[in-house]
Amino acid sequence: MSTDATAGVDLALSNELILRLPQARALGLEIVSTGDGRAEIHMPFAAQLVGDPETGVIHGGAVSTLMDTCGGAAVMAHPLVAGHTATISLRIDYLRAATPGQGITARAECHHVTRSVAFVRAVALDEDAARPVAMATGTFTVPQLRGEAPEGAA
Amino acid sequence: MSHRKPEPVQVVKQRRDTALRALAGGVPYVNFLGITFDRRGDELTGVLNFDEKLIGNPDLPALHGGVTAAFLEVTSIITLSWMSLWDEVESGRLDLASLEQGRLPRLPKTIDFAIDYLRPGLPRDAYARARVTRSGRRYASVHAEAWQDNRDKPVVQAVGHFLMPWDDR
Repeated sequence: MSTDATAGVDLALSNELILRLPQARALGLEIVSTGDGRAEIHMPFAAQLVGDPETGVIHGGAVSTLMDTCGGAAVMAHPLVAGHTATISLRIDYLRAATPGQGITARAECHHVTRSVAFVRAVALDEDAARPVAMATGTFTVPQLRGEAPEGAA
Repeated sequence: MSHRKPEPVQVVKQRRDTALRALAGGVPYVNFLGITFDRRGDELTGVLNFDEKLIGNPDLPALHGGVTAAFLEVTSIITLSWMSLWDEVESGRLDLASLEQGRLPRLPKTIDFAIDYLRPGLPRDAYARARVTRSGRRYASVHAEAWQDNRDKPVVQAVGHFLMPWDDR
């Protein structure tokens, strides 16, 4: 169980970790919270991320990078997973265009872990959190397991 | 029918390259990732020009998975748009001058995108091609893949569905 103090340490550590990723740094990603198989990461709006200059809407590709990073962070925040993970697959549904000028926050949850595979679902939200911008499901590698898990990959 | 003399090669190339440059170069995120396009006739190859900031895991080091996914999405959208613009570019119906001034045609919108990570992306250039497997009035299906050293060893592949912009011109 994590106390507030250790959660704070985790957050600082996670942010330090994410700042080591050059692409995460280039996107200005900030970890909002992490722990217990969940992660929330914010990507501030930037003009250079616009995918359609006519509308000013952020490119889907930047949203994929955010979702991928957040999914990986959720896996590494899972109590059973040790070490670095890699994405096996990611599927994203783009529900609507993000509102121009607004940052995007991803929330990912690693909801199931086997000896080899971690399963993740995630949403991306702008300031209107009631209407998600995108949803994703992903599978990630599990390099090492800390404890017992169901046998075999799904 | 009277035989029309083929246009001089420079005229053809200039028209096509101008259209392509305006299409791809007008998107800020495409420039942010450093993606350019090579053209052979109507065939496009996306080039992800390596830069340190594209790295995800600095320990390996490897390209960020999100970046290679975004590279495929960009290549899909530009290829799809390029295919649908081709006839207008060739017939001269598309006004190149206004295209160059940033008046881009409306771009297809991604409905969904499913990415399959096959290998870690090495810290060097990557190339991608997209194949439009179906293009209807409203929906299009695209398959895309990216490779680095060997064309037969793709780094990442993806399938996506796109909503075509309404033809209201």
